[in-house]
Amino acid sequence: MGSFDLMPDYEVARNYDRCIACRVCERQCSNLVHEYSEEIGRMTADDSKCVNCHRCVSLCPTRALKIVQSDNTYKLNCNWTSKSIKEIFTQASTGSVLLSSMGNPEDYPVYFDKMTINASQVTNPSIDPLREPMETRVFLGAKPEKIERDANGKIKCNLSPQLKLAMPMMFSAMSYGSISYNAHESLARAAEELDIYYNTGEGGLNEDFYKFGNNTIVQVASGRFGVHRKYLNQGAAVEIKMGQGAKPGIGGHLPGKKIDSDISRTRMTPEGSDAISPAPHHDIYSIEDLRQLVYSLKEATDYKLPIIVKIAAVHNVAAIASGIARSGADVISIDGFRGGTGAAPTRIRDCVGIPIELALASVDTRLRKEGIRDRVSIVAGGGIRSSTDIVKSIALGADCVYLGTSALLALGCHLCRSCQAGKCNWGIATQEPELVRRLNPDIGYKRLVNLMRAWQHEIEEIMGGMGINSIEALRGNRLMLRGVGLNEKELGILGILHAGE
Amino acid sequence: MKRVYVNEKWCLGCHLCEYYCAFAQTNKKDMAWALKDKKIFPNIRVEDDGAIHFAVSCRHCAEPICVKSCISGALSIVDGVIEIDKDKCIGCFTCILTCPYGAITPAENGQAIQKCELCVRTAEGTPQCAAHCPNAAIVYEDRG
Repeated sequence: MGSFDLMPDYEVARNYDRCIACRVCERQCSNLVHEYSEEIGRMTADDSKCVNCHRCVSLCPTRALKIVQSDNTYKLNCNWTSKSIKEIFTQASTGSVLLSSMGNPEDYPVYFDKMTINASQVTNPSIDPLREPMETRVFLGAKPEKIERDANGKIKCNLSPQLKLAMPMMFSAMSYGSISYNAHESLARAAEELDIYYNTGEGGLNEDFYKFGNNTIVQVASGRFGVHRKYLNQGAAVEIKMGQGAKPGIGGHLPGKKIDSDISRTRMTPEGSDAISPAPHHDIYSIEDLRQLVYSLKEATDYKLPIIVKIAAVHNVAAIASGIARSGADVISIDGFRGGTGAAPTRIRDCVGIPIELALASVDTRLRKEGIRDRVSIVAGGGIRSSTDIVKSIALGADCVYLGTSALLALGCHLCRSCQAGKCNWGIATQEPELVRRLNPDIGYKRLVNLMRAWQHEIEEIMGGMGINSIEALRGNRLMLRGVGLNEKELGILGILHAGE
Repeated sequence: MKRVYVNEKWCLGCHLCEYYCAFAQTNKKDMAWALKDKKIFPNIRVEDDGAIHFAVSCRHCAEPICVKSCISGALSIVDGVIEIDKDKCIGCFTCILTCPYGAITPAENGQAIQKCELCVRTAEGTPQCAAHCPNAAIVYEDRG
């Protein structure tokens, strides 16, 4: 079918005064943007292939390169934007669903940026975290609703299994398949060093990583890839994935070309054939069904592991969470619409789901009102960008946060949002051996550890400023937040006052 | 003694080490001024064969055959580093023939040889190939 070239979104701007034609850009670009021309003795570039991943910019030793947004434009139109026009052109030539990756990049309000944090002044002392103890340790799992004593007055210990974290952060689920072996190794080693957890995602667990089991959350998703008894018992917790913030309501699809022999063995699916996760779990159509799976998994793991249920933040999230809290799950994980993905239909990613801040606040409020908040811990994820986002999440009611995109950024991801192409120049979202080796886990895990430690320090500093010395005392402490520029409805859902009140 | 080691598993074949090596030799401030429109003569070279890449430079052997073979006394061992005195070198290239690693090459003028001296004479003072390897495939460390 006839098609016409789409104008490139980005242009490679090369400063020829600085380019020494070392050809690093050419060797490092898996999209084949750069090429050295013997004929003219200079580097050339094909802008149309550029995904703006900045691999060439980062490695150029003379800083001769930059990528700029093209100012080539269609006739300006506030309704029919260049983006809309290009998407129509693309679909008219391919007949396909538009695909994207990583989190929703569209211009929705970011509520984290419309909340400020309190600090102590005069009447209540702030705490210096360098001089006084500051507790960032948290425990995830069901807490006893009341204290029970035996005939001798001793406290009966009937605590359900808990996850113990040195800081209120975990690496969120990213499957082996969607990300590379080296990316997984980096996450696993960092989790071990930091005394936190990483999550296998739905692709099973490579046997090489069994040794990190004490810091691993193993996931069971609708495709049940790589799920077997040994796998379940290898982890410190089991997560049932009901939904994902980037693509609520739909399943997953790992293309066959990404399923090499190692991934095929790990996933227990045939090599080269597509691995399709159905949209629903075919055995779960109600909270009662979910309860059956929760207890099947508890049975399979001898009631030693907490069970996490992960859902996407959607309209009825509070009611759904209430059901999950009653299903026997120990932890509820909520993934907001900014949450990342290795591939999702663009329309779903950009238009389905709700912001994590609102979802989290409404879930916490609902569970408190129903008196079942202690039955579960809440993990919030999807677009958390900094230590202050974490502090705000905890103040809104989270016990802990899941970090996916920020962890990938630490590993080198430049958010070019082309994971679905499988040609990640940073060795993260790819299975091509030549590209995978670009991520050296010795470097990657240290960068993850650095980021988490830096955030931990910042969290301690911010809590100290508030006069709070533990995460426990911050959790659900919404008086520590004030809204700026939010309307009554938004403030009501977030359960916070406006600045100045 | 600290030496330059290469881990083939992590070498990407980007050839940046060659350019940082050539740049270090110029002792200039800016790589663009130093290497623009110049042919480079690095002391480390990446050998490529399909998906395999490996950077090769002087091993600074404990018993260097190049030093033994040097007929003019231009090669010598200084604190474990095999150094070349270009004023003494007569360009007979015997060392190039004897080096089992192919780590010695003719200098730009063809009158002498050049080789890795672990950047001891450069402004930075430490091997620039290792300092700038983007994937830690080249490391400068003491392995005994």
